[in-house]
Amino acid sequence: MIIEKARVISLSKISSNYHLIKVNSPVIASEIKPGQFCNIKVSDSDFPLLRRPFSICDVENDNLIFVFDVHGEGTKILASKKPGDVIDILGPLGNGFNLNGNYELAVIIGGGIGTAPFPYLIKNLLADVNVKSFIGGRTKEHLIKYNLQNIYVATDDGSEGFHGNVVDLFIEEIKNFSTTNFRIFACGPNPMLKSLQKIAIEKKYDCQLSVECAMACGFGICQGCPVEKSNGDGYYLVCKDGPIFNADMIIL
Amino acid sequence: MEIDFTVQIGKLKLKNPILLASGTVGYGNEISQFIDLSKIGGIVTKSISLKPRKGNPPQRICETPSGMLNAIGLANVGLEAFIKEKIPFLKKLNTTIICNIAASSIEEYVECTKVLNEEDSIAAFEINVSCPNVKEGGLEFGNNLEAVGRITDKVKSVTDKTVIIKLSPNVSRISDFAKVVKENGGDAVSAINTLVGTSFNIWTRKPKIKNITGGLSGPAIKPIALAKVLEISRNVDIPIIGIGGIMNWKDAVEFMIVGASAVQLGTVNFINPYAALEILEGMKNYCEKMSINKITELTASYIL
Repeated sequence: MIIEKARVISLSKISSNYHLIKVNSPVIASEIKPGQFCNIKVSDSDFPLLRRPFSICDVENDNLIFVFDVHGEGTKILASKKPGDVIDILGPLGNGFNLNGNYELAVIIGGGIGTAPFPYLIKNLLADVNVKSFIGGRTKEHLIKYNLQNIYVATDDGSEGFHGNVVDLFIEEIKNFSTTNFRIFACGPNPMLKSLQKIAIEKKYDCQLSVECAMACGFGICQGCPVEKSNGDGYYLVCKDGPIFNADMIIL
Repeated sequence: MEIDFTVQIGKLKLKNPILLASGTVGYGNEISQFIDLSKIGGIVTKSISLKPRKGNPPQRICETPSGMLNAIGLANVGLEAFIKEKIPFLKKLNTTIICNIAASSIEEYVECTKVLNEEDSIAAFEINVSCPNVKEGGLEFGNNLEAVGRITDKVKSVTDKTVIIKLSPNVSRISDFAKVVKENGGDAVSAINTLVGTSFNIWTRKPKIKNITGGLSGPAIKPIALAKVLEISRNVDIPIIGIGGIMNWKDAVEFMIVGASAVQLGTVNFINPYAALEILEGMKNYCEKMSINKITELTASYIL
């Protein structure tokens, strides 16, 4: 966990809604694991004041890649960066996905920007693990296929692929799986995670959820990002205890 | 030129006037991965209450213009776990530990102080009578002159260590509260705690924070905090620890000029965990430039 001043290498649009930023950050790049995140200060001024958390999307040598959509002042500033600009990155943060174990198939389920952490996850899977990537979005403009494998698409408006949500598509497809020995890795909006969590607990699927929450520091000192423990014993912090939780550990 | 950075708050002697504020450094373990806490004046622990508190449900925080709202709800491990699990680590940090105490009754403040008074590693107490985010125990006391007086008196009666009362800015005249603290034997005041604020989502018409209101902190509150410190400084002869939106060494110097003997850094720790050391360095350069030999010369050196 360090702060690195990272030089922007490139910025590109991967759809009408999503941007991809590549920055040179050798120390964090050498340490970060799939599912971890970085907390980025997009400007030197007090506006915006706080850092913004971004999942690591991919790592290429000394470079970090993040995917983001422009939905507020912070991401608007980030989208205006030019190659050579310097951004201030705190990371790596959080626990990351647990990739250990004996599963034949990695089932990726991502909603909207929630597909961001998976390219790097796929890269880190054992060579003999197969991948199925289920991705969902409001429309086809809200799909991110960047560096995913074996993609199944769902859109809320039916503009591409399955007409409906990505969790329903996954349920539809399970019967076609050639193995029951799979692990689910999911990331997306809370309602999506919640419906997946319900099924995962019912059917006892091995399932890890990447949870999102507003946060300030990203490393446990502000205590701003609680998620309720399922055992009734208060809260975990998303930044430090998470952002990855087994489906049965938390109440969303 | 060697500049004397030491400051005295009651019996408490600090290496330098930079403290980290309660609720912004937990119990020291996370921030110590960034900076050597033995180099700063000290840290103020997250508020400790007699029993553990799990805190408020999400959302607990949101950003506002040049500031942030928080309603954590005094989440803490409770007195027993603090002593057993947190103090052994705090001891190793080799820095001055000021223990912040929150309570929902005067008896509870006294009980907590009495127990923690036995811990040699705790150098002083900061009594939180001003948390805006819990109904009982916080602001209710901080708004009541008589209650603040009684808490000060009762807490002082069970400890010889320095007692600092953390004051609320959500009152009409903060200097009246500082006066009551002094009259009842309090050693110092820290000012200010956060200001009550709120923020709504215009599309859902719902508050952005589950608790509806939260405590506003960050650079947005600095001018208010400076005015409160100045008000206390001009009306009451008591050491003041200045808090409120300090982001850099200039802000820290400004607080000392208007009357602070020391300062606490809060929100800035979330953004730049190295801030405390950077601020110390900046203050050193400032003193050299201004030919200041003792940092205490700065306190209340305002020219009106």
